[in-house]
Amino acid sequence: MNADATFPGAASPDAADPILSVRGLEKRYGERIGCTDVSFDLWPGEVLAIVGESGSGKTTLLNCISARRAPSAGTVSYRMRDGVTRDLAALGEAERRVLMRTDWGFVHQNPIDGLRMRVSAGANVGERLMAVGDRNYGRIRATAADWLARVEIPADRIDDQPTAFSGGMRQRLQIARNLVTHPRLVFMDEPTGGLDVSVQARVLDLLRGLVADLGLAVVIVTHDLAVARLLSQRIVVMKDGTVVEEGLTDRVLDDPRHPYTQLLVASIPES
Amino acid sequence: MRTTAMTAAATPGPAYNFAYLDEGTKRMIRRAILKGIAVPGYQVPFASREMPMPYGWGTGGVQVTAAILGPADVLKVIDQGADDTTNAVSIRAFFRKTAGIATTTRTVEATIVQTRHRIPETPLAAGQIIVYQVPIPEPLRFLEPRETETRTMHALEEYGLMHVKLYEDIARHGHIATTYAYPVKVEGRYVMDPSPLPKFDNPKMHRSPALQLFGAGREKRIYALPPYTDVRSLDFEDHPFTVQSFTEPCAVCGARNVYLDEVVTDDRGGRMFVCSDTDHCGTRRAEATP
Amino acid sequence: MYVAVKGGEAAIANAHRLLADRRRGDRDVPALTLEQIAGQLSLAVDRVMAEGSLYDPDLAALAVRQARGDLIEAIFLLRAYRTTLPRFGYAAPVDTGRMRIERRVSATYKDLPGGQLLGPTFDYTHRLLDPALAGDAPVEAPERRALAAVEDCPRVIDILDREGLIEGDGDPAGEPGDLTRDPVSYPVGRDLRLQALARADEGFTLALGYSTQRGYGRVHPFVGEVRIGLVDVEVEIPDLGFTVRIGAVRLTECQMVAQFKGSAEEPARFTRGYGLVFGQSERKAMAMSLVDRALRADEFGEERRAPAQDEEFVLEHGDNVQATGFVEHLKLPHYVDFQAELDLVRRLRAEAGQRRAERGEETR
Repeated sequence: MNADATFPGAASPDAADPILSVRGLEKRYGERIGCTDVSFDLWPGEVLAIVGESGSGKTTLLNCISARRAPSAGTVSYRMRDGVTRDLAALGEAERRVLMRTDWGFVHQNPIDGLRMRVSAGANVGERLMAVGDRNYGRIRATAADWLARVEIPADRIDDQPTAFSGGMRQRLQIARNLVTHPRLVFMDEPTGGLDVSVQARVLDLLRGLVADLGLAVVIVTHDLAVARLLSQRIVVMKDGTVVEEGLTDRVLDDPRHPYTQLLVASIPES
Repeated sequence: MRTTAMTAAATPGPAYNFAYLDEGTKRMIRRAILKGIAVPGYQVPFASREMPMPYGWGTGGVQVTAAILGPADVLKVIDQGADDTTNAVSIRAFFRKTAGIATTTRTVEATIVQTRHRIPETPLAAGQIIVYQVPIPEPLRFLEPRETETRTMHALEEYGLMHVKLYEDIARHGHIATTYAYPVKVEGRYVMDPSPLPKFDNPKMHRSPALQLFGAGREKRIYALPPYTDVRSLDFEDHPFTVQSFTEPCAVCGARNVYLDEVVTDDRGGRMFVCSDTDHCGTRRAEATP
Repeated sequence: MYVAVKGGEAAIANAHRLLADRRRGDRDVPALTLEQIAGQLSLAVDRVMAEGSLYDPDLAALAVRQARGDLIEAIFLLRAYRTTLPRFGYAAPVDTGRMRIERRVSATYKDLPGGQLLGPTFDYTHRLLDPALAGDAPVEAPERRALAAVEDCPRVIDILDREGLIEGDGDPAGEPGDLTRDPVSYPVGRDLRLQALARADEGFTLALGYSTQRGYGRVHPFVGEVRIGLVDVEVEIPDLGFTVRIGAVRLTECQMVAQFKGSAEEPARFTRGYGLVFGQSERKAMAMSLVDRALRADEFGEERRAPAQDEEFVLEHGDNVQATGFVEHLKLPHYVDFQAELDLVRRLRAEAGQRRAERGEETR
């Protein structure tokens, strides 16, 4: 299916065009439904939170829209840097991998899944640069050092392996590793989910600053409504694989309409 | 020194085909070689046969040599640059016995040079073929053990990880710490393992007029560099590839800018350096003494 | 003046002469005959045939003798010979249901048609060294029975299959692959996995099978049946249009009844693990059937985490001829590469010394 036909005018880049469009997305595991009938748009620089309890289908959805799993039905379209909107399913494996290591980022809940644990922090950050062809050691190292500073990792840890890092530091390193190629879209799967509460605040603060500075578009999956409120402008609420409510974050959290959203909002303690 | 083996005919025993392998197997191997030549640096899977010598001892090189050998060929076999090391002697004897071909220790006389770990110092000429014995053909193997994944990485030119290793070397040691089996990029496309050559020999592969064939028997892969192929050693702009250099010349023939073996002469730190390439060393000495 | 080490050829010839001498041993003791090896060390011969992938007891006995009893070396000899043999044709699948049974035990049924037949087994022998065997004491003739009709001894797996209690035996259509003739490309099918396992090192297979029992890829096994005996080998002659019996081979077959599977659409039934080896070796056949089942993890949606479930790991490391060659090649000269490493290590140490000196530290 030709994405251009679905979205007329997509070939003329315009900030008013979405960077990511999801239409009628469904993922089945045999008889079981992972998620179904999901449609939404994401605009450049926008942070969208997908919230719901575990098992609601939000991680399945994230994996489908980030091309890590093939959907059973529906389309996911992405507006490439050249302004052309492409159906992800129509991309070749090589194109998909290039996208993943240049224009996209993916922050895993567990930093071990997103880092090379037996490679130094500097090389973890530098890997993407080398993957896209940078062949100047000094420049790669300087860029890595700069990014470590931006995620508040001391300069003298550049040659240490992440195995020697605390959970919070690992997560910040994973963020730096993702952002070094200046992606336009970052997917995050419970980025603070595995951290102590005291450490969470620092990582969230850092994320909020970086997202704003870099004008990143973000899709973040979280079960924590406080995280959604802090980072996102819009929110999608999922239950049993379907979207039950969506809208501006403040509106949804302050005035939830669907009974399930009301339940979710009521279940968080007032801060 | 050229010797033709007459012993082959004299020895009774089971009759083997010329150069041991049957013609069907040779054709299969030649097809893999041709494919390798057509796609320089790409590892072509082939149905490696069980050979009468152990895996890891040159079964890949022996199969490639057997497949390209003709009765008029003159074969040189070296191991560590030397013609007289036991494994080289054994492989040379194998082909004398099974093919009855002429063998030589002189690089310039050979039509085919089978080697383990070295490229001769005497530059190879157009029309010559060098056959490398390869233990691990996959340059990505120690970064990613899974064959299914490394094949995908080659297909998609995902070689960033290779430079991560070089980066780590420089960060830790101040140098790229790979001294042999130093990875190369072929014609700007495939990253290739040159077999465990000291990196000293890497530049000899670049735009060589000879045909270069690589055989890995245990891992069942053949790859090739046609004559005049671009072969670049991986490096960084600000840490360019360099070869080893020795401070002293060969203690026997006085050669410089050649690869030397360190020979321990006593247990009190005494040592000397001599040419690793025995033919090169011998030829120089013969020329020096009229 | 230094003279490079020469005389590789003479050294090799002398080493081989010495090997021949040690192989023969004390000349006052009669040489072993191949009949003695094939007849009295028959399980060693069986293992060499199984892992050498060539059914020829005489050649296997010769290999055992030539290898001085080193079975992996003997397997290597047999393999190197096998690879030169022309292929005239492929046998029809052997029918183990029609095996002339010498031993047959089932752990899943107390009794069954054909009964349990212990046969020539070490089971229930007390492992006490027998001084009588140091000499040549006469041995009683065995008890014999009339050969039962093969129909009287159905395979346990077929009994389960008739009731639908166990999964089918795969799709018989299509020619199985041959990893000795074609390059392997992962992922491979069960046909190639079984071929690789049948040739794989007994110790490696045993250790992997054992690991599945200790939680590294559990398969919940029951020995449906182990049977040992002779089966006919038949070849279809294209011009004649019918099969001709060309001989018989002794086989050990193990049918492992493993973890049952079911879903909303499909009622539960047991799954299979299969082991088949030349000669008499139920240790190998049983271990093979465990590993076969473990390697089928993907088919049943089981998580692959253990070595025994990892196809590339098992197939790439199970062949003892490959393994011994590559491990032992480390004794070949590597001094060119070692020289390169020496040079680098010396340089790194010199640089470190220089840095220390610049910092004014004491150098050792």
